Amino acid sequence: DLGQITPTELCQRCLSLIKKTKFLNAYITVSEEVALKQAEESEKRYKKGHSLGDLDGIPIAVKDNFSTSGIETTCASNMLKGYVPPYNATVVQKLLDQGALLMGKTNLDEFAMGSGSTDGIFGPVKNPWSYSKQYREKRKQNSHSENEDSNWLITGGSSGGSAAAVSAFTCFAALGSDTGGSTRNPAAHCGVVGLKPSYGLVSRHGLIPLVNSMDVPGILTRCVDDAATVLGVLAGHDPKDSTTIQDPVKPFTLPSLTDVSKLCIGIPKEYLTPELSSEVQSLWSKAANLFESEGAKVTEVSLPHTSYSIVCYHVLCTSEVASNMARFDGLEYGHRCDSDVSTEAMYAATRREGFNDVVRGRILSGNFFLLKENYENYFVKAQKVRRLIANDFVNVFNSGVDVLLTPTTLSEAVPYTEFIKEDNRTRSAQDDIFTQAVNMAGLPAVSVPVALSSQGLPIGLQFIGRAFCDQQLLIVAKWFEKQVQFPVIQLQELMDDCSSVFENEKLASVSLK
Amino acid sequence: MAAPMLRWCCPGRRFAFARVGCGSCHRRGPPTGSTSNGKRGQSSVAQQPHITAQKPRKGEPEWAAVVGLEIHAQIASNSKLFSGSQVCFAAPPNSLVSFFDASLPGTLPVLNRRCVEAAVMTGLALDCHINRKSLFDRKHYFYADLPAGYQITQQRLPIAVNGSLAYSVYVGRKPSQMVTRTVRVKQIQLEQDSGKSLHDDLRSQTLIDLNRAGIGLLELVLEPDMSCGEEAATAVRELQLILQALGTSQANMAEGQLRVDANISVHRPGEPLGIRTEVKNLNSARFLAKAIDYEIQRQINELENGGEILNETRSFDFKLGCTVPMRDKEGKQDYRFMPEPNLPPLLLYDSGSLPSGADPQQVINIDQLRERLPELPRVTRQRLVQQYGMLPEHSCVLLNEVGLLEFFQNVIKETRAEPKKVTSWVLNTFLGFLKQQNLAVSESPVTPSALAELLDLLDRKAISAPAAKQVFEELWRNEGKTPAQIVAEKKLELLQDPEALEQLCRSTLEAHPDVVGIPAGRGRHAGAVASGRRPPLLLSPCSPAELPDNGWPGFIRDPPINFVSFQLKSRDAIR
Repeated sequence: DLGQITPTELCQRCLSLIKKTKFLNAYITVSEEVALKQAEESEKRYKKGHSLGDLDGIPIAVKDNFSTSGIETTCASNMLKGYVPPYNATVVQKLLDQGALLMGKTNLDEFAMGSGSTDGIFGPVKNPWSYSKQYREKRKQNSHSENEDSNWLITGGSSGGSAAAVSAFTCFAALGSDTGGSTRNPAAHCGVVGLKPSYGLVSRHGLIPLVNSMDVPGILTRCVDDAATVLGVLAGHDPKDSTTIQDPVKPFTLPSLTDVSKLCIGIPKEYLTPELSSEVQSLWSKAANLFESEGAKVTEVSLPHTSYSIVCYHVLCTSEVASNMARFDGLEYGHRCDSDVSTEAMYAATRREGFNDVVRGRILSGNFFLLKENYENYFVKAQKVRRLIANDFVNVFNSGVDVLLTPTTLSEAVPYTEFIKEDNRTRSAQDDIFTQAVNMAGLPAVSVPVALSSQGLPIGLQFIGRAFCDQQLLIVAKWFEKQVQFPVIQLQELMDDCSSVFENEKLASVSLK
Repeated sequence: MAAPMLRWCCPGRRFAFARVGCGSCHRRGPPTGSTSNGKRGQSSVAQQPHITAQKPRKGEPEWAAVVGLEIHAQIASNSKLFSGSQVCFAAPPNSLVSFFDASLPGTLPVLNRRCVEAAVMTGLALDCHINRKSLFDRKHYFYADLPAGYQITQQRLPIAVNGSLAYSVYVGRKPSQMVTRTVRVKQIQLEQDSGKSLHDDLRSQTLIDLNRAGIGLLELVLEPDMSCGEEAATAVRELQLILQALGTSQANMAEGQLRVDANISVHRPGEPLGIRTEVKNLNSARFLAKAIDYEIQRQINELENGGEILNETRSFDFKLGCTVPMRDKEGKQDYRFMPEPNLPPLLLYDSGSLPSGADPQQVINIDQLRERLPELPRVTRQRLVQQYGMLPEHSCVLLNEVGLLEFFQNVIKETRAEPKKVTSWVLNTFLGFLKQQNLAVSESPVTPSALAELLDLLDRKAISAPAAKQVFEELWRNEGKTPAQIVAEKKLELLQDPEALEQLCRSTLEAHPDVVGIPAGRGRHAGAVASGRRPPLLLSPCSPAELPDNGWPGFIRDPPINFVSFQLKSRDAIR
């Protein structure tokens, strides 16, 4: 424990860390002035004894696909470079209303389309674990002699900037978005907690959409309790988002579970795929055994339609993308080309210049699926498959299972040079395999870091809960987190003078004055 | 769907449509032809100058035309369909644009309750089935005044379906020959309006005004149950009255609150329907009728000359009076419909299905809306006929003129005069004066109270009918005098003393020996001759039917006057 610290001091330490870790490329925009001003106001409140709550004075970061009033919001795309929204996303506003300090906007794949955080116009995000003592020592042991700097690891994505920002201690919590696993995947690769709340629990207003029917604001933190605290602030009906639940949401508090004997943990057999790395598989088994040994009922379950999830997602995602991206025409905001031959020519050039190949490719596919002659064969069928996938989960939960336990990713993070050997589409299909069906069904899921691989890299496991049973899910995740005691990232070599902050990793240990 | 077959006129009534072409068959002939229809119809759209009466060639059936309509009615609401922006006509450009209307990324639609209620009420008024569950869809196309690149509409499951709209058309020369026709309402859907593009050809620029973008529209699809411009125009007029009575739309065509596209095809009876064209952007009832009739005749001519009809979109050039192909849409449009993921299904309830404990702000009860429905025009007309004994066509006129019914009812409320007399005065005298000066009812210088007082004087026999006319003219000058004051000033009271009256008669007859010899009832009676010369004194056992022949304005036609009266008339009284 640091003893007491003022919000301004905390903010300055984080800003200093952001500068030191600039090479990670986690942030697109650092809102230093805004953060310091917010810290100042927070400090005044603490002095008066009128703190707004757990998040008052706490540095946070926000993925650059959430609208932030007065702060550039780019989606890592040329299309929105220079676009400054005139309003705050509801989730951003809720955090600010609680006194949180907005440190900046984090990097991502362009319009969140990707699973590596490698495909944005601001370049790839580097995984902080690439520079950790744990990883470096293992590499020395394994006598790798290549140039270390060229072998940095990807963060996963698309919320890689947010995951890296939390992992590197530049903030306490970050907002990501999760459409097919974009919060949980980088959380697993960066050794942090990544929560995807139930669809409809948290407002999407102000989140620049990828797939409206699957997008959920995600939460990245260094522990489950912190995720619960942030979710407690964000959850609830938003009159600006008609898909949020009407029922009032009670504050989230996570009791520490002492007895898991009444729990039933489901292990979906379809998630045991050939591509799953043996290390992840073994950690998954160990986790199941842990629950069993503590008295929980652990049972194998089947989600028979999960294997169709990726191809089904491809159709639904690209169709919505084609639709959602139609507004980017260069007229009202964002990039506009120089051509003024005709409106049509302007549209075409603007969109060619504004979007990368991945976005354009999805727009083209999506429009193909939505054509009158294809709609029934693709879109409607995909929707039916989606229903079957969602029903699989319903059946499993109706059979008495409380929580499903699965891997989050196939393996630990891979080096960038390795990752880019496959194209974005192939990577997305592979990397979303365990996370994506959850979005189809709108369920809550959380990736919890479990242990380090033989290479010294984090591996996460995923818990999936019943719809709107986010609290129950987090209670189980918290119990599990306590059992596994995941090690803290060792970044001292990089940031020697900031070591004291590293102990100060969780919200509960921060004592602001 | 059954093709609306020709409603053949009775044999020998071939030319009946010279007055109104509705429900008739269309004949060959150049669209340039013109018939003089003699009397102007009750409706401004009645004339069909292009249809000439020409006998069909032997053995060949005539052409049947099939007309369907797509109508967009702007919903009268304070705010837009999915955003909180104000709805206001003629506001400064781009002054009523929310972040959602400008399609800023991340904004989401929030359905306006008022717009849903308007759709339900309109659906109920048109005897539609109200879908308890309806869905929203996105319809995609790129256009500069469609900021999101798609319009939110209800393609798959609209809010109301399977209704009907009844309207009356005149089929003969006499106004009393009205028949009721019905057009089926296929569906009513809620959708967003687009913005407006203003093309500056000089600087080759397009300017965009998004004030209109996102205003709620009711799209009403009327099945092709109509067969000519007059029918379509009358149906639209009836719809307009219904929307206005409901308050769901101001339905002013000139302000673009009611926009009509027509689908038109021709075929020979017994054969399949022809290829249709769509005529767009018809912004007045008169142009609607003209455009449809032109297009019908154009198609007939085209086919008669061995040509073919293209499935195309045409616009009506009101200056040239013809339809021309629209250039803009090259190739086939594919709107790539998909469900709107940001709006859950729209659920409506009735008193039976209302979930218990539901927040009244969050649910819409169809039964409650049904109870709140105002009297519909059809019922109002029936009531007027029954209550006041007026002719059906008079009830039509009362409703068709904006504000006239209210004026009429206010007069009725304040006068002891017979309803028939009130009807006559309002429809002939009052409306006539308005028409002559091209004024709206709201601009009338004569208030309902003043007319009521005048009619009371007439009813008490304090003044004669011609004197009442004179008083009315004085009132029209709007010099702030009451009818009683005018009567007193102008000495228009009836003479009640029989002796004085007789004396007056004698002196008059003696003064005009040339008039006295002509027996009454032979076309021109004494009064008429006298009036032509404008003597100060007028003997008038006049019959109203003959009055117009006297050079009186046609609208000043009074109910029969059943007493002989003398009246002093100043020289400028006859207009």
